[in-house]
Amino acid sequence: MTLVTKFLGASAALALSAGAALADPAIIFDLGGKFDKSFNEAAFGGATRWAEETGGSFAEFEITSDAQREQAIRRFAEDGNNPIVMAGFSWATPLAAVAPEYPDLKFSIIDMVVDAPNVQSVVFNEHEGSYLVGMLAAMASEDGTVGFIGGMDIPLIRKFACGYAQGALAVNPDATVIANMTGTTPAAWNDPVKGSELTLAQISQGADVIYAAAGGTGVGVLQTAADQGVYSIGVDSNQNYMHPGSVLTSMMKRVDNAVYDAFTAGADLEAGFNVMGLSNGGVGYALDEYNAELITDEMKAAVEAASAQIASGELVVHDYMSDETCPVLDF
Amino acid sequence: MDLLAFFDIAVLDGTVRLGVPLLLACLAGLFSERAGIFDIGLEGKMLISAFLAAGVSFTTGSVWLGLIAGIMASVVLSLLHGLASITFRGNQLISGVAINFFASGITVVAAQAWFGEGGRTPSLSGAARFESIQFPGALTRIRDIAKADLPMKVYSELLSGHTIIVYLCILIVPFVWWTLYRTRFGLRLRAVGENPGAVDTAGISVYRMRYSAVIICGVLCGLAGAYLSTGLQAGFVREMTAGRGYIALAALIFAKWRPWQALGATMLFGYLQALAIRPDILERAIGIRVQTQVLDALPYVLTVIVLAGFVGKAIPPRAGGEAYVKER
Repeated sequence: MTLVTKFLGASAALALSAGAALADPAIIFDLGGKFDKSFNEAAFGGATRWAEETGGSFAEFEITSDAQREQAIRRFAEDGNNPIVMAGFSWATPLAAVAPEYPDLKFSIIDMVVDAPNVQSVVFNEHEGSYLVGMLAAMASEDGTVGFIGGMDIPLIRKFACGYAQGALAVNPDATVIANMTGTTPAAWNDPVKGSELTLAQISQGADVIYAAAGGTGVGVLQTAADQGVYSIGVDSNQNYMHPGSVLTSMMKRVDNAVYDAFTAGADLEAGFNVMGLSNGGVGYALDEYNAELITDEMKAAVEAASAQIASGELVVHDYMSDETCPVLDF
Repeated sequence: MDLLAFFDIAVLDGTVRLGVPLLLACLAGLFSERAGIFDIGLEGKMLISAFLAAGVSFTTGSVWLGLIAGIMASVVLSLLHGLASITFRGNQLISGVAINFFASGITVVAAQAWFGEGGRTPSLSGAARFESIQFPGALTRIRDIAKADLPMKVYSELLSGHTIIVYLCILIVPFVWWTLYRTRFGLRLRAVGENPGAVDTAGISVYRMRYSAVIICGVLCGLAGAYLSTGLQAGFVREMTAGRGYIALAALIFAKWRPWQALGATMLFGYLQALAIRPDILERAIGIRVQTQVLDALPYVLTVIVLAGFVGKAIPPRAGGEAYVKER
């Protein structure tokens, strides 16, 4: 009898722990790794913030190759993790394949749209945030030439470039915007040497503020800009601290908020579109002690005004991804 | 049309910066392959050297210690390649691939454990990186240089402002040529790559010659990697070699395994890379807009053309890729 009770107790405990695991949300990072000081780290930050505030726990996984994507989602789904959040546009294809197989679970994908009844697609209005830093760039520039260095040449990065160019031209209609992409393969996200060369090339063409939306390649851009005494602009996370006095500002993409919100919603996560823009704090520009001296009150006022106009819908920034063209920039 | 635009000083300056790591890696491959050891692990050796050079430079504050550490790491991987392919007669290509994978993984894991910055080393500054050497009176900022007149541009940008590794590199090519073609060691090295049996008959150890070659290969790869992370950049970033080891291999074939031609090939490939980041200059030079991807692909296209036999014949060392088995 006692033995049976023990077994029963053990299986009950097992069931309980399984139940606890069932409620745990999960996050899967993209190839950059969760400490990339940028996109993935922001996602990790959001998950950690949720865990600290609620005392909950979450499952996580960093993939090391493209081949692991589908397997990673499936594993968490089999474990009953809910919701499962994945950071990065490359997750769209595997998620579209896996999501219909687990109709009871909720998925959230950041930076891409997957059309399924149990998937929340979080997209950011990067063009709006880029517009603001473009304004700051044009105002900080002495010669009226500003530069943009993208990572891999994909529509998402062109969206950054296009918003940036629109912002710069809004402040100074005579401004010249030089835009370069690092490459066409994923290696373009981790080539700081080429990032440096592109920076030098843009400086010799007259650029004195350079915006890097290029992952690890951006490290080279920010470094060279600091060495050459020109301004740079960081991306995704707040990168102002990397070279105080040289990094003008950072275009913040609040991936952390997206993950935090998804984790907070838990199993009640609402499927469909979730657009994070200026109006709901999804994007913005970074202002902290490292760049306080670089951003004058005048610049701040102009940007705040534009920000309010964009949030209210009065000012519309063209989104490259809506029609794959940019009215002010030729790729 | 303005063909002179092709000789823009900024592009030529970029050629030197981008060509030097290719040249060092190409010469590394030259030594190894001339001795009959194919080495596609150049990429991995550069990567591990780039990582350790940056890591040790940051920790000790001395870039020279970093350079030594980087070279040591690269030599260790070279010896591993030697052990697998010379002593144990394994497949040289597989061993090379293994080295690339190993370096790609271990650098990120070790950097994360060491610095906790996501597979990256902290930014180097001061004595922890190779500062560029400024000639007297040379302008240092690109913005000032862009406004200067031509002789000043050549002096300030092309001649001045490189790191010591670049200036050393100028001496390396004649030295390699002299070693390979004018010394007994060079003759024997080339011979083990063509006909190891004959070398063995002459009473010279094939193993020792081949091990010497892979060690030299490791030193040069180490120099190339350290230059990337402590000369061109101020820190290590995962996968920062970004395929330069493979382009160096392509250059080696393009140069038909000869040192002066290796200089030409790597500088040509460096020039194409430097031109690819200045689409405006290319447009000025030929009058039409060319996609930069075309230029990025050109090194490989040129190599295929050479391999296909359109420009002379690229004949690899005859005993290349084969382990030497002493007759018993």
